[in-house]
Amino acid sequence: MSLLADNKLLFQGPDWDFDLIRRVHEACGEIAINEMGLDPYANQIEVITTEQMLDAYASTGMPLFYRHWSFGKEFARNEALYRKGYQGLAYEIVINSNPCLVYIMEENSATMQTLVIAHAGYGHSHFFKNNYVFKQWTDADGILDYLEFARGFIAKCEDRYGQEEVERVLDAAHALQSHGVHRFPRKRMPDLRSEQKREEERRRHGEQLFNDLWRTVPQGKRKASKDEDVRRRALLGLPEENLLYFLEKTAPRLAGWQREILRIVRLINQYFYPQRQTKVMNEGCATYTHHRVMNRLHEKGQIDDGSFLEFIHSHTSVVMQPEFDDRRYSGINPYALGFAICCDIERAALNPTDEDREWLPDVAGCGDSYGALRDIWANYRDESFVSQYLSPRVIRDFHLFRVLNDEEAEEMEVTAIHDERGYRNIKRALSKHYDIAYRDPDIQIMDVDLAGDRKLILQHRVLDGMILEENDTQKVLQHVADLWGYDVKLQEQDGSGNVLAEHTASPRRVFS
Amino acid sequence: MHIIDRRLNPGGKSFANRQRFLRRARAQVRRAVREASSTRSIKDAGKGGEVSIPAGGVHEPHLRRAGEGGVRDYVLPGNKKYIEGDTIPRPEQGGGKGSRATDSGEGEDEFRFALSDEEYLDLYLEDLELPDMAKRQIAGVQSVQWRQAGFSTAGPPSRISVPRTLRHSMSRRIALKRPKPEEVQKLREEIERLERAGGQFDELVKLRTELEHILTRTKRIPYIDPVDVRYRRLESTPKPIAKAVMFCLMDVSGSMNEHMKDLAKRFYSLLYLFLNRRYEHVDVVFIRHTHEAQEVDEQTFFYSRETGGTVVSTALFKMQEIVRERYPVDQWNIYAAQASDGDNTSSDNAVVLAQLRDVILPICQYYAYVEVGMDDEDDHPGVGEPSTNLWRAYRRIGEDEPFAMRKVKHRRDIYPVFRELFSRQQAEAA
Repeated sequence: MSLLADNKLLFQGPDWDFDLIRRVHEACGEIAINEMGLDPYANQIEVITTEQMLDAYASTGMPLFYRHWSFGKEFARNEALYRKGYQGLAYEIVINSNPCLVYIMEENSATMQTLVIAHAGYGHSHFFKNNYVFKQWTDADGILDYLEFARGFIAKCEDRYGQEEVERVLDAAHALQSHGVHRFPRKRMPDLRSEQKREEERRRHGEQLFNDLWRTVPQGKRKASKDEDVRRRALLGLPEENLLYFLEKTAPRLAGWQREILRIVRLINQYFYPQRQTKVMNEGCATYTHHRVMNRLHEKGQIDDGSFLEFIHSHTSVVMQPEFDDRRYSGINPYALGFAICCDIERAALNPTDEDREWLPDVAGCGDSYGALRDIWANYRDESFVSQYLSPRVIRDFHLFRVLNDEEAEEMEVTAIHDERGYRNIKRALSKHYDIAYRDPDIQIMDVDLAGDRKLILQHRVLDGMILEENDTQKVLQHVADLWGYDVKLQEQDGSGNVLAEHTASPRRVFS
Repeated sequence: MHIIDRRLNPGGKSFANRQRFLRRARAQVRRAVREASSTRSIKDAGKGGEVSIPAGGVHEPHLRRAGEGGVRDYVLPGNKKYIEGDTIPRPEQGGGKGSRATDSGEGEDEFRFALSDEEYLDLYLEDLELPDMAKRQIAGVQSVQWRQAGFSTAGPPSRISVPRTLRHSMSRRIALKRPKPEEVQKLREEIERLERAGGQFDELVKLRTELEHILTRTKRIPYIDPVDVRYRRLESTPKPIAKAVMFCLMDVSGSMNEHMKDLAKRFYSLLYLFLNRRYEHVDVVFIRHTHEAQEVDEQTFFYSRETGGTVVSTALFKMQEIVRERYPVDQWNIYAAQASDGDNTSSDNAVVLAQLRDVILPICQYYAYVEVGMDDEDDHPGVGEPSTNLWRAYRRIGEDEPFAMRKVKHRRDIYPVFRELFSRQQAEAA
């Protein structure tokens, strides 16, 4: 009897080996794929050490990246925090690629490895493969090759033009990377694999066509058109919110390799863009998945009570939400919120209450909780997810309340709490909080004075009177001016066209 | 599913990035290291550790909204007592209620991180150079280094260079047209064929003579000839002596108080660190003196009290004696650092000077004299420093001697004085 029970156990105690990992992976897959109906990428599990985890932290989790001092800084910061015990390390890192790369730490116990495989190898991997934002924006097949190309290209530039020159371009590009994404899909989908070829072809083509004679051909005077302004803006594609894209295409004084570096930073940043929009859902999906898988493993007798308790312990600390007046509070924990909403959807699907029928009509009582969740994970991002599925029950559980801090008013005001009148209000406010378009300041390039001093004019459309941080803006604008090669002006305007602030910068040392 | 064990992959993937970061923040890190050193205990002076630099220099700016102003909207968890319509007084400046202000910790003023021992010392002792760094020993087995230097035609069999020998052999064989084995083989086959076929007698005779000719030629021109043989030649080069001894001389008479000793100790430990970095092996000899000199261990040197007069020359004689006994001048680099409050018996000055000039300085790589004083002496400005007995004496030592003297009154002066003594320019001048 006990022999039989023992046979079913995947492991006992904290030790693990590669064979165990394989068995655990299969057992998790049995539940995640066959029972929950998930559809993840194939996994590639890599075992790494603490040191390597710190390395991975420094380069935004990617296994390879081009070189830049800011990654060294990040490494130094994390290392200091880690060594002093202020900060633990993640149990895993997962990379949205095909096959899906999952890094697991060698220090993890067997239970933790199981948790990590369920969380990353099935939860995140399913989300990467199926969520529409990722499908639309990222090229999981090509990312690693592209990073390889980027690293090589930048290393080659360093050899040819010197580290400092390359660093200047990268500094400037990094400063602008939050405004270097296309927010709306274009006709051509990004295909990173062809990027590398394109760059080589373009250079070869340029070399073939080069003929010095063209320089000497006299040019006739161009006729001034009537609506030159409109024409010019249309030609330059203005207004343009992707600052890096505009500078890459239009900045008059950049060399080819400098444009290519801007492009590299822009494309890599674009690859990360979906992750910023789906933090809550992505973590919710992964956390819900590992929770289900671990529970099922325990029910089926594949892990023992000790392991299960260990799992519960680490799971609860992951989904812990400190309250606003807690010293540990640093915003709403995406793991906690995502997990809570997913569990709530499951509950509403299986045991709906009247409230659920009113607030979550499309899932309440549908009976197929996995199906409902899969559909939601595929078709929403944080903003729409919260605005659709944040139910009164979750609001009550979290004791959410909304505070309005108007500079003009004496004191801050509580505008909604978790009661009948507040639900909708809170839901809308929180959903807005996850809206990237609202979170990032809206800055666009408006015009270029081509006929005159070539000044570049940018505009920040101020929302709710929140203007830009003075110091940083000045520094970033300086980078823009250096890239552009001429003066740059940034106006901050509110909805009615009042200018609230103005920043200007002139190039210090132009790129050439 | 694949499992890959990456644990054995070479680490330090971030090394290049870290170097770039340190280069970028070099000036600030250096300043931080030097400031940190003033607060550290002597034992840790050379250890790596945490430093903090102003975040401004390594700040990465982004386009972001200011932390406050305008209309802010927060959704917070954990409501306990508020109901709709309540008002809350605004938290103190920097209360950081919003999530924006704490975004990735951009608000911090200081950037803290750890330096390894190596990096720390590098920055700490940057630009410093030991004057007349290494002695070269002309003869003697211990400090001779053998290194490969071309090839020779004579040498022990164990040093035969096979590739080189065969190369010579081949060129000689080609030049002298030594018949190849294939040619011999071919000729033999030809002869055999003719013999079997019969007839063509003339031809056969001709071939046989040719074969004979070739065979003698093969014998005459050997495959490897003694003239081909080459040996790897070694050349002896005198190796810089990697050993140094550092003499710490200190006056321990009653006039030296704890503060002064502390200053001296700091100076010694810096010098020790510095020497240790440059030499494989550093010995330290402690000689304390009152009216007589003794060699003691470190503990006694710094902490035991002694009374008596002050006769500096005794220490110098003691040093000379120790050098003669244990540290042959041709095998050791000798450094000396003397700390004193400047007192000396007047009649001894001439002896000190003579001993220093004639005996000590000629065998020393460098001799540093640090005069330690009381902190409060700063408070009498304008009068001009009253020169001490020893200071006046030492001032007569010529410029071109490997000798330097400085005054130190406060802990914070130690490092600058040390730098001054060993800075690169100083080395060039010396």
